Amino acid sequence: MEGAVARAFHEEWGRIVAILIRVTGDWDLAEECAQDAFAKALERWRRDGVPDNPGAWLTTTARNRAVDRLRRARIEATKLREVAMTSLDGLPGTGGGGPAEPDGSGITDDRLRLIFTCCHPALPLEARVALTLRTLAGLTTAEIARAFLVGDQTMAKRLVRAKAKIRNARIPYRVPPGELLPERTSAVLAVLYLLFNEGYSATEGTDLIRSGLCAEAIRLARLLVLLMPDEPEARGLLALMLLHDARSGSRVNALGELVPLEEQDRTRWNAEAIAEGRAQLGQALRRARPGFYQIQAAIAACHGDAATAADTDWAQIALLYGRLSELTPSPVVRLNLAVARAMAEGPDVGLELVDQLENSGALAGYHLLPATRADLLRRLGHDAEAAAAYRQALALAGSEAERRYLGRRLAELARDAAP
Amino acid sequence: MRYLLMICTDESTTGALGPEEGKAMLAEYAAFGEEMGRRGVLQGGERLRPTADATTVRVRQDEVLVADGPFAETKEQVGGYYLADCKDLDEAIEVASRIPGARYGTIEVRPIWER
Repeated sequence: MEGAVARAFHEEWGRIVAILIRVTGDWDLAEECAQDAFAKALERWRRDGVPDNPGAWLTTTARNRAVDRLRRARIEATKLREVAMTSLDGLPGTGGGGPAEPDGSGITDDRLRLIFTCCHPALPLEARVALTLRTLAGLTTAEIARAFLVGDQTMAKRLVRAKAKIRNARIPYRVPPGELLPERTSAVLAVLYLLFNEGYSATEGTDLIRSGLCAEAIRLARLLVLLMPDEPEARGLLALMLLHDARSGSRVNALGELVPLEEQDRTRWNAEAIAEGRAQLGQALRRARPGFYQIQAAIAACHGDAATAADTDWAQIALLYGRLSELTPSPVVRLNLAVARAMAEGPDVGLELVDQLENSGALAGYHLLPATRADLLRRLGHDAEAAAAYRQALALAGSEAERRYLGRRLAELARDAAP
Repeated sequence: MRYLLMICTDESTTGALGPEEGKAMLAEYAAFGEEMGRRGVLQGGERLRPTADATTVRVRQDEVLVADGPFAETKEQVGGYYLADCKDLDEAIEVASRIPGARYGTIEVRPIWER
């Protein structure tokens, strides 16, 4: 029974909060009433059994609770009338006719409104991430605080401030109209991508894989794909997440050290996730509108295809990084292009590109620049220069696992150099 | 919902415009004002004289303290404003993005504290 409630929570929380926000216009009330409905479910379902349509039961319960709370607060009559009369059309199993959207019925899923409002560019980035996790994924404030390594109070304040700005500056609760949609969709994708990356490689602390955040990011990306089936970049992002997440089990060894791709035990990769990622990518690419996430997913798929590191199609990966670099002129992409060309054409080619990047100063302070240089120098047999570059990278690296990996490389060089 | 759109630009740049450029800028503002006026979103708006003509006033212990200059020495200064009545922040952002000064300065969008 607790399992049924937990499952319903995962599946229904965001939808219920989203509906209640639209109906009441009050974010706090929406969250509280959703919480109340789940508390009631725990008690009732134990006694009466799980209803046939848990989502509809929860929605009705939460909505009734909202009406009740607004009535008790003696809120102005107009607002109350609005809530009581809001049609339940489009809610599953409430006699509104029609199955759960999206079904092409033209009814906008409230979760899509919610996701666009949470990720509105007028909110600070960290608030967008927190708000998305709180309202759509149902994480508690304490859980979000822990995931982002800040205190509960700080996180609570961040959420309160974000909700106040939505209210006071009147950030609309809607899916943006056509002319704004591309730009706002990339803002939503960026928040989900950041969420995944936070989980995938924590920038601080000893816990390299905060897999909970990855799982939430994947769940939200799935939701976005469901809600925006015609957006190939949403599907591309989902594919990218699945393909990376498939490798998470082999990315860190028992000592907590980062294991580079070429040394990972590929039998431990999640074949199911790779297959799904590839399928999602295939569906996205069929729309012939490639973008940042689709190309990155294609690169991840190249790695996923290689049974051993030596089988990797580096020429194809270099080609994809070239496309990516044209699309988003970023120095990090150029660094990856350098690595791919080093693998495809030789370390000297890569080193020349890395040196160009270093001279441009664009990546000053980024530990992967000296780390990449060090690896290339090591492959070329320039041990002393490689060691110096490893030391440089070590001084800049943020995560414990990365420092250990670089330390190990440095120790290997020293050992090889010993007579 | 009303928003104050504050046009913040670098005075040293706008002040250094030649007569032709100055005329072109004014024409752009006139076109903006006309279009937004037709749309009915503008409730007011003025260009301000430069901060060289600004005076700050404070009252401390019943004493009126007057000083020359703007409230804060920053790279960009408020050079003008519009008061716009918009449906929501997205409309206010759209209106702000059309202000000619947005292309070289910054527009600060502040909701009016409505009672």
